[in-house]
Amino acid sequence: MQSELSIVWIYPDLLSTYGDQGNVLVLEQRAQARGIQTRTVHVRSSDPVPQQGDVYLIGGGEDRPQILGAERLRRDGGLQAAIQRGAALLAVCAGYQIMGTVFGGEEGQPVPGIGLLDISSGRGERRAVGELAADVDPALGLPTLTGFENHMGVTRLGPGVRPLSRTLTGIGNGDGTEGCYAGRVIGTYLHGPALARNPALADLLLSWVTGPLPPIDDGWYQALRDERLRAVLPS
Amino acid sequence: MSQLPLRAQLASALGRTAATLSRATGRGDGSVIGGRVGLMLEPDLLRKLAADRKLVLVSATNGKTTTTRLITSALQEFGDVATNAFGANMPAGHVSALASNKDAPYGVLEVDEKYLPEVLDTTDAGILCLMNLSRDQMDRAAEIWLLAQKWRRALAGRPVHVIANCDDPLVTWGASTAARVTWVAAGQRWREDSWCCPECGGPLDRSGFGNGGQGLTAAQMADTNWACRECTFRRPEPNWVLDGEYVTDPRGQHWRLDIQLPGQANRANAAMALAVAETLGLDPARALPRLRTVTSVAGRYTTVERDGRSLRLLLAKNPAGWLEAFDVADPALPIILSVNAQGPDGRDTSWLWDVDYRILRGRPVLVTGERRLDLALRLTVAGVPFQLCDSFEQAVGLLAPGKIDVIANYTAFQQIRAEFGRAV
Repeated sequence: MQSELSIVWIYPDLLSTYGDQGNVLVLEQRAQARGIQTRTVHVRSSDPVPQQGDVYLIGGGEDRPQILGAERLRRDGGLQAAIQRGAALLAVCAGYQIMGTVFGGEEGQPVPGIGLLDISSGRGERRAVGELAADVDPALGLPTLTGFENHMGVTRLGPGVRPLSRTLTGIGNGDGTEGCYAGRVIGTYLHGPALARNPALADLLLSWVTGPLPPIDDGWYQALRDERLRAVLPS
Repeated sequence: MSQLPLRAQLASALGRTAATLSRATGRGDGSVIGGRVGLMLEPDLLRKLAADRKLVLVSATNGKTTTTRLITSALQEFGDVATNAFGANMPAGHVSALASNKDAPYGVLEVDEKYLPEVLDTTDAGILCLMNLSRDQMDRAAEIWLLAQKWRRALAGRPVHVIANCDDPLVTWGASTAARVTWVAAGQRWREDSWCCPECGGPLDRSGFGNGGQGLTAAQMADTNWACRECTFRRPEPNWVLDGEYVTDPRGQHWRLDIQLPGQANRANAAMALAVAETLGLDPARALPRLRTVTSVAGRYTTVERDGRSLRLLLAKNPAGWLEAFDVADPALPIILSVNAQGPDGRDTSWLWDVDYRILRGRPVLVTGERRLDLALRLTVAGVPFQLCDSFEQAVGLLAPGKIDVIANYTAFQQIRAEFGRAV
């Protein structure tokens, strides 16, 4: 295990409209609770993305910042290099779509993504807004996914990725699945502080870098999860 | 105003009856139902009621209700003012406000940000006061850049005089298509929504260039000035400047605000109100004493008493609002936080993660509201010790007699007000 874990938050100036900072704070708190020091870098869209980080986060945003963010990431190349080295990435909502080959712009026009995930996204008919719950791919060994979605996107998964989960309630990718993963890259429509409602997902990202993690007191995380799942799932 | 056509007269009379019934049956303050009834009978009622008045529209993400109240108080120096004092800020509320005071020569209307183009179009208001734009209830509100773009389109080519806060880049962009703008350097505490240029998407630089307005200290210049690194969009030269407790008017004269409403956000609201008042011919010497009479606005900032406890009620609906509430709250006092996620609050509590709660470390913190578990986890991750309470009443009971601060979001705030019989 290394002495300091480096967390890189990509473009908070463009892609941070829904409390995305929560994912940074949850990773920091859960690492520090295990005695792991963390160092967080906020990368503005005018700055290069460092290649030596451990866990990368990218969040949600409006159409125009999403297009700007995709252009800058493509030009920069730092994130792509980091993923090639084996860094972990959680990409949320607009950030999730950017990781694919293409996504829909403000008029529905196709905009190229950066191709870290074998997915393509377009605009759906209706906005998906509300609570989402989903059963995670058993291969990952995670409990039910819970969170809030708010997007117009429809995402088609290619053969290069696996669905992260199958929806119990909510829209997700639009075909009964929600999110996807490949290697150490996870994408999800659960926007904003997705890790606050899914601490096991936070631990999965951390453990890809640090190795197995000891359990910590999850009292408040669990209480919130239980309440939200009770609110949306038939008992 | 008194010459309304018969149909409009009937529509506003029936609207007033509905409002009275709503109040009498305890359903609300009546301003929405009254307006709806009126609009149903005469769709053009708002236009007719607005005609022949000097009308000011007030819009922003935060501070609308308070600034509307401050401008109203100032203009009462001139005579009767029709206003939607209770925050019913969509067309039905506007109809109700104007219909209930048909002969007032002035009108000051708080307008929901999304409705501003429509209300401007209908009322043909001559003056607009625009203060700030930031993230707010994202599950139902429009994206704020799109909102600012709609403002730009609505203002272009219209003979309207806008009074706008030039310390907020998005407001500046939204206002700058207007024929006439008076710029007020009113400050901007929340900056997470203005790192990028609204014009071109380039980075906004915040320091060390350009000429500032009169009366700015060097430190303030460095802090509040802004310009795009990649295009020509930059902060306009302010006509009015707020610096702490003092406002400098366009003639360079300094005015000590000395208002009773607490916090820097309210000093910013007061500076905007002074600039609006002057646009209508009321100078600060006459407007200021009236601003100083305002002590609480629709329950906000008011202090209520229960069993020896003095509870000061602060409303915070979004991250920028929480920063303003923290600025007002007393670090030496215990604090009760209450959060709901009903329709008017936004169903999504993600915004809690945009608020930096660490400022509360060291105070007794009590947490309640329908979404108290979301807040409990948020505070845990922020390293802020707290006590979870099943109800507001329980939280109050757990604290010793004395002064207590309360911060609540919209419906949580209304629930607390209702417990005190809306007497506040």
